Amino acid sequence: MHYTDVVCTFCGTLCDDIEVTVEDNRIIDIRHACRVGASKFFKASDIKHRRTKPIIRENGREIEVSLEEAVEKASEILADAYRPLLYGWSSTTCEAIKYGVFLTDLVGGIMDNTATVCHGPSVLAFQEVGYPSCTLGEVKNRADLIIYWGSNPLHAHPRHLSRYSFYPRGFFRERGMQDRELIVIDVRRTDTAKIANKFIKVEQGKDYELVSALRYVLNGGVLKKDYVAGVSREEIYELVDKMKSCSFGVLFFGMGLTQSSGKHRTIDNAISLVRDLNRFTKFNIMMMRGHYNVTGSNEVLAWETGYPYAVDFSRGYPRYNPGETSAVDVLVRGEVDAALIIASDPVSHFPKEAVKHLLRIPYISIDAFYNATSMFAKVYIPTAVAGIECEGTAYRMDGVPIRVRKIIEPPEGVLSDEEVVRMIYEKTMEKIKERIEEEAAEKVIV
Amino acid sequence: MKVILITGRTFMQGVGMEAGKDSDVYKENAAVCYITVDDMDKLGIKEGDNVKIKTKYGEVVVKALKSKDEHDGIVFIPLGPWANAVMGYETDSAAVPTFKGIEAEIEKTDENVLSLEELIRKTYIEG
Repeated sequence: MHYTDVVCTFCGTLCDDIEVTVEDNRIIDIRHACRVGASKFFKASDIKHRRTKPIIRENGREIEVSLEEAVEKASEILADAYRPLLYGWSSTTCEAIKYGVFLTDLVGGIMDNTATVCHGPSVLAFQEVGYPSCTLGEVKNRADLIIYWGSNPLHAHPRHLSRYSFYPRGFFRERGMQDRELIVIDVRRTDTAKIANKFIKVEQGKDYELVSALRYVLNGGVLKKDYVAGVSREEIYELVDKMKSCSFGVLFFGMGLTQSSGKHRTIDNAISLVRDLNRFTKFNIMMMRGHYNVTGSNEVLAWETGYPYAVDFSRGYPRYNPGETSAVDVLVRGEVDAALIIASDPVSHFPKEAVKHLLRIPYISIDAFYNATSMFAKVYIPTAVAGIECEGTAYRMDGVPIRVRKIIEPPEGVLSDEEVVRMIYEKTMEKIKERIEEEAAEKVIV
Repeated sequence: MKVILITGRTFMQGVGMEAGKDSDVYKENAAVCYITVDDMDKLGIKEGDNVKIKTKYGEVVVKALKSKDEHDGIVFIPLGPWANAVMGYETDSAAVPTFKGIEAEIEKTDENVLSLEELIRKTYIEG
């Protein structure tokens, strides 16, 4: 069976032109995907190397259990918790995230997604100054100046340049890359920088200064210093000229801006630069989102609670204060007493101090693939891979929702994230009701 | 030698991650650091030697690889548990820790690079 237009669920580019050949429920050939994406498809189909049975760990022993037993145990952990953390939600579908919101509300926990350690600062910046952006389709058809700042798409979003930004022919860019200019601003000459028309090397941690210098010159200031943040005055003037004179510019930015000093203040400044540029031409800014549905995770949380990440339900209503209610902070301060980690691997990707607390508390790991977080979980529940073994909705980095498809059957007895989270939600609800009734009965006896 | 540490995605770290966190390809591409040729000379090491990276948050042993990029004084480690063993946890009220721009001391070592499970047990659970 040959499938066309399959969506790859690895990064936020959500390439939707993948061709997959399936034989006997096994993926035997993949066309168009990058190597990382292809690796995900092959891994999903390699049943021999996947854990397909839920696990409970008791006193250092690992016991294979049925899905119902695992769900029962998971609900017990959440119902017993005083203030659990429900984290991840970026490599799964919007439908699963919806049940995640219901579950967090029910148990009075904190719901946070991976944006908290990636583009969280960008979100904080939009809330200050807005987000003048566009879709990737517009970039493909119109953009003549592409800037990547603190982002290395050749490694993190391997097909971004070829599908949308630099190489493709577009409606107004008939000659493809010949009609476009590519500029990379980074602290090191990355592989993306090597193919760019121009590379500007900024000193580590000084992006804020460079953005300020660009805004200063753009707004008529005369730069007296020879160098700002390691960039020469001539380069700054030249860059401002290019940005002012292009007909449709895009500034894509990544972790180089969000995870360096300055964080949301740097993004705030970069957005303000783009806003200033719109007095001269059409200019846009876009986050290079990592997980394939981290955008959807922000969207679902925002439309359900009003806030995009780090939402705390412990007072009975949603509250949002990154730095206080965000995953790394509550873990480092030891404020959560249980956790549910879904479609994410914080044991690999959180700082040591945060991981140390997570490893001390009981937590549940729900993931299609057994990862470092699953290795130490009290309960591990394997699920189907969205976009390969089950369908659902995901949001591309530009905010366009795309339906991801099912092309093979999941291993026997393995359900989707949506179904597993819904089961835990219903079971936890039952447990909490039972407890309320028991407490009420005790009061009557007294 | 004093250096500035930055972390980030590399293509092969991504491939390793998708191949499995317990796979060899993940360890080969995440338990490493990229150092420029000049900095390698200063450290007296060659490609493939193990180095110990120390910050005020901890220390970790990784394999040194030659960087094709120009960034003297900056050492790049792919994101992952090895990098996180020496990363800071302060978020400056912005939710995200500073994963780039950490001051570190780097030196040659004969110690081995720990596997993912050993690393987590030794530095995260017992440490």
